[in-house]
Amino acid sequence: MSGFDWQFFVEVLIGGLLSGVMYSLVAIGFVLIYKTSGVLNFAQGAMLLFAALTFVSLVERGVPFALALIITFAVMVVIGIAIERVVLRPLTNRSPMTLFMATLGLSYILEGAAQLIWGTQVHGLDLGIDDVPFEVGGVLISQFDLFAAAIAAALVLFLSVFFRYTRVGLAFRAVADDQFAALAVGLRLPRIWATVWAVAGLVALVAGLLWGARLGVQFSLSLVVLKALPVLVLGGFDSIPGAIVGGLLIGATEKLAEVYIGEYFGGGTESWFAYVVALAFLLIRPSGIFGQKLVERV
Amino acid sequence: MAEHDLPLLVVDGVSATYNHAIAALQGVSFAVRRGEIVALLGANGAGKTTALKALSNLLPAERGQITAGSIRFDGRDVTATAPADLVRSGLVQVLEGRHCFRNLTVEENLITGGIGRSARRPEIADDLEKIYLQFPRLKAKRRTLAGLTSGGEQQMTAIGRALMSRPRLLVLDEPSMGLAPLVVRDIFETLRKLNQETGLAILVAEQNSTVALKYAHRATILENGISVLSDSTENLRNGNDVTKFYLGERTVPLAVAKPANQLTEAGT
Repeated sequence: MSGFDWQFFVEVLIGGLLSGVMYSLVAIGFVLIYKTSGVLNFAQGAMLLFAALTFVSLVERGVPFALALIITFAVMVVIGIAIERVVLRPLTNRSPMTLFMATLGLSYILEGAAQLIWGTQVHGLDLGIDDVPFEVGGVLISQFDLFAAAIAAALVLFLSVFFRYTRVGLAFRAVADDQFAALAVGLRLPRIWATVWAVAGLVALVAGLLWGARLGVQFSLSLVVLKALPVLVLGGFDSIPGAIVGGLLIGATEKLAEVYIGEYFGGGTESWFAYVVALAFLLIRPSGIFGQKLVERV
Repeated sequence: MAEHDLPLLVVDGVSATYNHAIAALQGVSFAVRRGEIVALLGANGAGKTTALKALSNLLPAERGQITAGSIRFDGRDVTATAPADLVRSGLVQVLEGRHCFRNLTVEENLITGGIGRSARRPEIADDLEKIYLQFPRLKAKRRTLAGLTSGGEQQMTAIGRALMSRPRLLVLDEPSMGLAPLVVRDIFETLRKLNQETGLAILVAEQNSTVALKYAHRATILENGISVLSDSTENLRNGNDVTKFYLGERTVPLAVAKPANQLTEAGT
């Protein structure tokens, strides 16, 4: 193994970790909603597509960058609140499977609506970040990936502060902890759910812009949800730190696997390796790395 | 003045089902007047918890529904009021099994009670100090996750959280459950003190009828979803066999008690 190229290994690892951050971003949107309302929101990908498509279309029509960002965020908040009102509230107390099916249907409606309004062509999205790699100690790092990671980190920091130090955040954590008790204490659950959906909309917007800038804004953008699922299996469906660590792990392992063992499978492992990892993980630790361990003293 | 003579809470002939199929209550009536401690007694499955959930309008959240009768808190129809609005109007419940937010600290748990009332920050800070005076144990544990505190501390946290909403009627479901007798006594002493000092009306459901009869002014006994007996606790304590039967002090009324006695003698 004397010929092992460590520099190359580190380069692949860093590239994997940085792309993993992008998976984490999508996964966080899932976690937010799952934690507070127990709904596995399959429409998160469609929300992401909707946000990216709305933003790009606005910019293409000459709306300034910042204004387009604000308008898109406003649209996502309205959509989030509307989903809570129209879809979820009538379904309160239904089984998780019913709710999941509802979000599945919702994802088609959102995707369809996005394309109905803005058309089906592929849009390029330029966030003004050059994707030229730069070199640190002989290791090449993608500038765009680094930028994306920084944005994701800022978003996570913002969410952590929001949940830790604000009243809405405290109410959010209370609902996530014990919904029935929250109801009895007098917390207004519908209002909290609407807030959570709005925040999930914000996360979808950020993820949508970053993914859109990398892949182009198009229909297949909504399929990044499928990559978020193994991340959630690894990290646990109810843990934001889990979503981050899970994303990093998936990103790193799938890149390393592609480079080092891909040739034995004829290449292309990147598209399925994450699911194998998730499957293996399900056998060992079904609740994920950070999945809720009951805090209990008996 | 006439308005003040009306009881604070009136439960009148209430029947309730779960899933439109399972009958849990079949005619429950009782009332709580201002400044009064009322106990709701009965065995497991008698309908105490359902009755309490009904009066906080929490049944719909558990697929339950009221099929007959009415519940009025301070003249307002409870079934037409959202649980959050009931809390804001002064009807606050401590759920069975305490239901603390386990992953929140004790103090955060208390603060949620203030948020439930939409209180301002300075008010919440004031109320916190009052709760800590009432329950010094909670002050010592304020930064501990509620899930890691003892059963008694969790019960105090749950009661403190309810008090943070500044209730006019405090409803408690089995506060003695799973707690040591001394802790139970402490909790009931605190409740009595609150009642005497602030005039807080209290409705408490209990299986532990001895404790409940000691602290309450009046009691209602539930049996199979029906309120079978309501009286002052003084009368109930000195009551006849029927009372004792319902309170579980005698397994069957005296008239038919003989065979049961023979059975136990045979067993020993």
